[in-house]
Amino acid sequence: MIELQHISKVFHRGQVNEVTALQQVDLQIAAGDFVVLVGANGSGKTTLLNLIAGAILPTEGKIFFNGEDVTTIPEHRRSRWVARVFQNPLGGTAPDLSILDNFRLAALRTQPKRPVIGINETFRREVRERIAQLGMGLENKLNQPMGALSGGQRQALTLLMSVMDHTDILLLDEPTAALDPRSAAVVMGTAQQIIQDLGLTAILITHNLRDSLQYGNRLLHMADGQIMRDVNAIAKQKLTLGEMYAWFGA
Amino acid sequence: MTFYLTALLLGLCLGAMGLGIFITMKIFRIPDITTDGSYTLGATVTAVLILAGWPLPLVAGVVVIAGALAGVLTGLVHTRLRIDALLAGILVMTALYSVNLSLMGRSNIPLLGIPTVFKALTVFSNPIWNQVLVGGFFLAILGAILAYLLRTDFGIAMRATGNSESMTRALGINNDRMKIIGLAMANALTALSGFLVTQYQGFADINMGIGIVLVGLGSVLIGDALISWFSVRSIVLQLSLVVLGSVLFQLVLAVALSLGVNPNFLKLITSVFVLAIVGIPRLTRSRES
Repeated sequence: MIELQHISKVFHRGQVNEVTALQQVDLQIAAGDFVVLVGANGSGKTTLLNLIAGAILPTEGKIFFNGEDVTTIPEHRRSRWVARVFQNPLGGTAPDLSILDNFRLAALRTQPKRPVIGINETFRREVRERIAQLGMGLENKLNQPMGALSGGQRQALTLLMSVMDHTDILLLDEPTAALDPRSAAVVMGTAQQIIQDLGLTAILITHNLRDSLQYGNRLLHMADGQIMRDVNAIAKQKLTLGEMYAWFGA
Repeated sequence: MTFYLTALLLGLCLGAMGLGIFITMKIFRIPDITTDGSYTLGATVTAVLILAGWPLPLVAGVVVIAGALAGVLTGLVHTRLRIDALLAGILVMTALYSVNLSLMGRSNIPLLGIPTVFKALTVFSNPIWNQVLVGGFFLAILGAILAYLLRTDFGIAMRATGNSESMTRALGINNDRMKIIGLAMANALTALSGFLVTQYQGFADINMGIGIVLVGLGSVLIGDALISWFSVRSIVLQLSLVVLGSVLFQLVLAVALSLGVNPNFLKLITSVFVLAIVGIPRLTRSRES
């Protein structure tokens, strides 16, 4: 599904503050895989995700989706394949727009936004049903502005929004980092279910090692812009927290 | 009475610009100064074409296109060359001054005794009421079109662009293109204000646009204060309040003039008034926090 060939990314090239975020990374992710990415700050995890999303372009190397070269396709057009949940709950939603408006846009992620009124009773009902599954009682607040909700509520909604339209790839960049434990559990549980139900290819960045063991069927450990360890599903089940702590030199 | 009706009428004429500035300032959060130029551009095109004998609907069409082009230009400079929106607006506004001057051929074109849009309706015996009716009708149509557009899928995308660029990019929206379209719409509306005011006052003047952006800004700020005061969510009502803001603004200026203020100080009063609208809430807020 996703293939990275010899990907390097250098920021501020030729300047004093030159940083090599990724060095010659080769990676293949099969369709339906749920990959968990762990690593210290600055190890290149988010850079990797941004490259896949198209938010930044690689200095070297190529990126393929289903064999198609997408290396130079900009982010807003790569959204045809990729849905994204940001670390910051504010990043994935428009705070001044209503919940319903936010969902309407998400439902059109891969489609043109035409000058016709698209929110009708059918759409409203569909959104209400989906939101009701979260069990947060938000289904009766469709006309409230997104900004009036808590971070946890917004992040859970962002997750639902990401699959309102067809998607192949779901990128989760520390989606629970800013959330309290209970909201985090709801968000991760919802993510797990969505990925399974829709057979998505997903990448999750997390600093929560417990989560990294509980979720996903492949674990990548990154350090210094390279993939240090690639743990498959079977090995991942045997992995313990203690072993993982050792990776971080703790 | 006539005195206040005149202010009401001028407020309605400038309401179109208010709607335009609502788009750039409240939706995109871009300070767009192109306004000063596109307002005069609308006036210039109106005067020149009316004198050339063009029918009014056609003139209005050309005014919309001319204003939109000015907006596109600012949008291109801002998005493609990554130049600050404020500077991009100033560049286009300044350039438009020469364009307007060469279109007009002189600094002032009078339109006396020529049938204007304000003579289109005769319902009341008092002509000023008829003019107010025409102005209100015109604004109602513009407001209805804009309100409809903002509620469509395209409109939601537009409103989201100014709200969360990271989100819209991830949702397949080309933010740059959206900004260019928004600036085009805003300046088309501004040019329409030029179209109306020129016919209302009976002349186009090369300097009529100087500082006009402040009038639009003031209208939007008054409208916005009312919107947050009554926590208005409906877009139709929001747009109506912006037009009401424009009328209130003109009433304040009219009252100032009626109190015997020297007309030379009108721009100073405008500035101080806008400063007051922006500043007073901030002063009280900083004390609370």
